[in-house]
Amino acid sequence: MEPPERYRAIADDFEAFRAACERPLPSAIRVNTIKASVADVRRALEAAGLAYEPVDWHEGLFVLPDASPGANWPYFHGWIHGQEEVSAVPAAVLDPEPGERVWDACAAPGSKATQLAALMDDRGEVVATDNNLGRISALRTNTERLGATSIAVTHEDARNHSLKPFGGAEYDRALVDVPCSCEGTIRKNPDAFEEWSMSHVRGISGVQKDILERAVQATKPGGTVVYSTCTFAPEENEAVLDHVLDTTECELVEFDLALAHREGVTEWRDDEYDPSVRKAKRIYPHFNDTGGFFCAKLEVGK
Amino acid sequence: MSNDSTKFTRLPATDAERENPERATREEVLDFWADRFGVPPETFDGHTFWERGKGKLWVYRGDPPSPVDVEALGMTFLRTRQEHWKPTLEAVQRFGEHATACVVHLSAGEAEAFVAGYDQELDWDGDWGYLVVTHDLAGRREPVGVGLYVYGELRSQVPKGRRREL
Repeated sequence: MEPPERYRAIADDFEAFRAACERPLPSAIRVNTIKASVADVRRALEAAGLAYEPVDWHEGLFVLPDASPGANWPYFHGWIHGQEEVSAVPAAVLDPEPGERVWDACAAPGSKATQLAALMDDRGEVVATDNNLGRISALRTNTERLGATSIAVTHEDARNHSLKPFGGAEYDRALVDVPCSCEGTIRKNPDAFEEWSMSHVRGISGVQKDILERAVQATKPGGTVVYSTCTFAPEENEAVLDHVLDTTECELVEFDLALAHREGVTEWRDDEYDPSVRKAKRIYPHFNDTGGFFCAKLEVGK
Repeated sequence: MSNDSTKFTRLPATDAERENPERATREEVLDFWADRFGVPPETFDGHTFWERGKGKLWVYRGDPPSPVDVEALGMTFLRTRQEHWKPTLEAVQRFGEHATACVVHLSAGEAEAFVAGYDQELDWDGDWGYLVVTHDLAGRREPVGVGLYVYGELRSQVPKGRRREL
């Protein structure tokens, strides 16, 4: 069975879910606090005659109902960055402090890495890794325009990430926003369901497990790892967490999120997962009029 | 990625520590920003400076062991090893608010032409050479980029990929 039908049992109010998946998503922007304040951006958008709508859960995000974010003064200055609402969730959940060292395991095109740098007041070190040079080029363009001086970029497979270039120290935190089947981007990419295949889900799920394992290993005891995807498939979400709970020293922890969501599922088809995966959060498109998303917070054990 | 030109080498603090005679020192870089633009040296207290290739300097917030072989280390910052050092547009947008000298302020229309990549005639009594270009945005005098002032003309240095018709 394929999406959306395969999620009939878990996507609360299936008809509303299916209808939301068919509605296009308006553009959204994040205020880049490295270069400007929320008040600066409001004034600049008004001066440019651009309509913007705040969102409830994050003061630095605006929906632009009738415009794309690229051709205006605040964009040119790197005051704003085009970023979908749910895409801003994992960095907010990771919540790094200025001066910390953070790894972004699958960083391109850099929306989340630059958000991490901004949350740290551009003080500290964000090591942004990606395995695709074309996407790294987009990441570089974004770090430059947004004025992030605390981001270093490495080209490697996250599964074999090396701590060596930066002296070998483990990270305080890691963000693991993995490649996935992208079902949750259906409102931006109408082909997402047509391109879906069970064999891709199975294959990518193995990669996701390996990347999350590497992130737990590369993070200090007591440090925080956030795992996220833009997909609904439990194979890529709870199953990955369940696997890593078995193979590494870490546990899931609770976190607050002021977006409507459901808890992680502990049963899917013939599989059962560790009960603690309930602490993960599933965001469906019809809950908050956003894309779909999955996010979990882990603490690395001693 | 074993070619040395792709590695980042930290700038020596002063001339006394310099091994490569052509590599700029941290002291020279701080002097450049202070002497040319009036940017106080302490602006960069938390940052390290790195060279990759010949003369291309980067500014970074971290402090890894030198040399380091990665794709990027912070932001491109300054072009050295040429007669007139040239700040990048991104460096001027990020640090140009501290500039007090060699700053030219443009009207709304002039700023649009500058960002679109056009050269324009302009009255300017100060030094020729690279200038910090500012305009008004949301009540702030905001640095837009780098202009080259010569012969009564401000030449836009906005890189092709960054030009916009706003």
